[in-house]
Amino acid sequence: MDKLPAWADIVLVPLISLLLAAVISAIVILAIGQDPWEAVRVMVQGALGSSYGWGYTLYYTTSFIFTGLAVTVAYHASQFNIGGEGQAQIGGLGVALVCLAVPWPHWTLALPAAMVGAALFGAAWAAIPAYLQAKRGSHIVITTIMFNYIASALIVYLLVEVLRPAGQMDPATARFPAGAALPTFKDIPGLNLIFDKKVPANVTFFIAIAACFAVWILLWRTRLGYQIRAYGKSERAAIYAGISPVKVIMIAMLISGGLAGMMAINNVMGEAERLLQNSAEGAGFIGIAVALMGRNHPLGVFLAALLFGFLYQGGAEMGLWTSIPIELRLLLQGLVILFTGALDNMVRMMLVPFFRNRAKEAA
Amino acid sequence: MTGAQDSGARQATAAPTSAPPAIELRGISKAFGSVQANKDISIRVMPGTIHGIIGENGAGKSTLMSILYGFYKADAGEILIDGKPTQIPDSQAAIRAGIGMVFQHFKLVQNFTVLENIILGVEDGPLLRPSLSKARKELKRLAEEYELHVDPDETIEELSVGHQQRVEILKALYRQADILILDEPTGVLTPAEADHLFRILDNLRQQGKTIILITHKLREIMEITDTVSVMRRGEMTATVKTSETSPEQLAELMVGRKVLLHVPKGPANPGETVLEIENLRVVDEDKVERLKGVDLTIRAGEILGIAGVSGNGQSELLEVLGGYARATGTIRINGQEIDLTGKHSDAQSRRHRGIAHVPEDRHHYGLILDFAAWENMVFGYHNEPEYQKNAMIMDNDGIVEKTAAAMEHFDVRPPIPTLPAKSFSGGNQQKIVLAREIERNPDLLLVGQPTRGVDIGAIEFIHKRIVELRDAGKAVLLVSVELDEIMSLSDRIAVMFDGQIMGERLPDETNERELGLLMAGIRDTKGAA
Repeated sequence: MDKLPAWADIVLVPLISLLLAAVISAIVILAIGQDPWEAVRVMVQGALGSSYGWGYTLYYTTSFIFTGLAVTVAYHASQFNIGGEGQAQIGGLGVALVCLAVPWPHWTLALPAAMVGAALFGAAWAAIPAYLQAKRGSHIVITTIMFNYIASALIVYLLVEVLRPAGQMDPATARFPAGAALPTFKDIPGLNLIFDKKVPANVTFFIAIAACFAVWILLWRTRLGYQIRAYGKSERAAIYAGISPVKVIMIAMLISGGLAGMMAINNVMGEAERLLQNSAEGAGFIGIAVALMGRNHPLGVFLAALLFGFLYQGGAEMGLWTSIPIELRLLLQGLVILFTGALDNMVRMMLVPFFRNRAKEAA
Repeated sequence: MTGAQDSGARQATAAPTSAPPAIELRGISKAFGSVQANKDISIRVMPGTIHGIIGENGAGKSTLMSILYGFYKADAGEILIDGKPTQIPDSQAAIRAGIGMVFQHFKLVQNFTVLENIILGVEDGPLLRPSLSKARKELKRLAEEYELHVDPDETIEELSVGHQQRVEILKALYRQADILILDEPTGVLTPAEADHLFRILDNLRQQGKTIILITHKLREIMEITDTVSVMRRGEMTATVKTSETSPEQLAELMVGRKVLLHVPKGPANPGETVLEIENLRVVDEDKVERLKGVDLTIRAGEILGIAGVSGNGQSELLEVLGGYARATGTIRINGQEIDLTGKHSDAQSRRHRGIAHVPEDRHHYGLILDFAAWENMVFGYHNEPEYQKNAMIMDNDGIVEKTAAAMEHFDVRPPIPTLPAKSFSGGNQQKIVLAREIERNPDLLLVGQPTRGVDIGAIEFIHKRIVELRDAGKAVLLVSVELDEIMSLSDRIAVMFDGQIMGERLPDETNERELGLLMAGIRDTKGAA
């Protein structure tokens, strides 16, 4: 009865949610005595107004795509993976170990190896909560949250006690060999015509796009995806069909953790070129919002990641160039998450009468 | 056009008496969006009678009653109570007008006592004690007057479903309802509980209460009502005196075409033994023994019906055979023993051994409601090579094509493979499950409650298909709580009670009374038969 046409559900509802978030943000900015138009101008200019801005926006987008996809895959198996943050950090450890183990002659060799390292480490970090859920019934939300803290502590320990080169002051690994440096957009022929300054966006962006496509294939074209979605919709029905819940939970969480881990290719290998503390910088959590807003579909994840990349970069610029405090970036993101996620149904219900009337007129 | 329908409906109502009708609805219409749920409905219910309203799922019965009870506002039409036009904007107004409703899904507070539930919403003041003691006295009177006995101090969760329903009726009577509406009241009851309910309703009628009984079961209409109105697609197609009609006529009025209530079938031609079960035992998570040593055999070309009140082990039997419950004992398919606890005890392995399964609960087991019809059509068989493009990728386009053919073959409406399962009616959902399981051409078909929540027209189709499978030389194990269904489909009937087989009977040599006694656990029925 109360149903919207598909286009309204996919396009209109998120758009109105965003608008509402923007309006409330504007009111808050007005309330602290600043000019919201100026904020918008600086954000758009800073994030999208130049190739330099795009270089940052797409860099953030890349990270968010991976963590968003990670949440998406787990979601379809009805697992809420909040551990993307920890899995991304441990993925970074995998990247660092691979990059430092061999004096890589060229990035084309280093990249596949680092991808495997990132995915394996990320997956391994997701494997323990997954096993506890599948076999012991420990709730995945609780365990993945705890594993974020464990990951963070483990990384600090390793950086301070094990991986830090002798004599180095800060807790970080040594710099990766030059052969492991990924080409940024400025180094890629063709793209360098647009990106003339050094930007952090790098080839990982294309891997992220490929990952979107791969996840789509996985979920909607493969037998494995069919089983994951079936289990995610109904555990009882899955058992009736002979689908093993243990197998589905384990595999979906391993893929999810692997995707979160792969984010490290972007930030650890592509940008920092060494492993630092807290390398994921909250991207694991933003992935939850990205998946939520992207309706747990890879295309939606891509678009939502782009939006959050814009908010992240634009927000930083706003903090830099206006007297609006940078904390407002968090408010903005929070409002976007609130409206597109939690209040999604509210917006939908507001639209329902409108479409009902339209249907009546048409009839 | 409206006038003609009006007069038609009026002519058909019960013989006029001096008293005005307890309820009269005139020209009630209600639309949801483009769906016309009720179309110009007029009905007169005489006081002191039981008036049945019958119709298929989605015919508009529940909408009509919701309007009468103030949940919905009619787009047009008026309501007269005892001859006086009455506005019913909400359920409080309905209660004031003397209307009580017993919903299909009870609206009771599970951890409150019976008394507390009775007074909920009609407490006299801030202190409960006076209300409670008043209610206790009143309850005692009602219990004696109408044979509605329940322990007032028991909490609802401790009561059986039948007793919970009595509490709902008492709630209505306590609020001085003169008109009782019961929505599919027997759907959740055992046959014995249903019988008791009908005795209560009969009592209420004799005390002058007016009762509206909504149901889709023809037998109940014939058994208890004085007058019956038939609804089809939002319209009232007829109102007739129950004594002047027949189940066949009502079925035709409901569906709009002639319906076979009993599918004709020839004598069985049993062949080799397909299924042998010996000493099957199941212990559930709470260490309760659910199956206590069941022995059964089914031969090819034979339908074995399992009769029994639900909860006596039939579900467990199906689950073990289907491969998703653990058991001890022996099960042989075509002479070969199957693995009951080890690596090959899952549902996939059972399908490989030629067992297909139409589960009792299609919403939670048989279908994934959010999945499209084509995705559901391979559910459980998704690993079969014919549905794959290569080692990883499924042949989605091929499955859609095959689904379209199967939907055609099983008359699933609408025949759109990409529609999600939840958009189909109960009968069409069941046809999807049946198509999936029968098209695999299994050696043994397990069928649980094949027609639960299924329209009468679809029942005929489903029964025909089950008999066809038998005639093709397959073995069928049928579990149903509908005794009619068991009697008309089975070649042999086994009755289950408390996890045991109480006995086996041939349908021609037994009757409902004998089976009913066996279902109640009374084994020595020689005298009764």
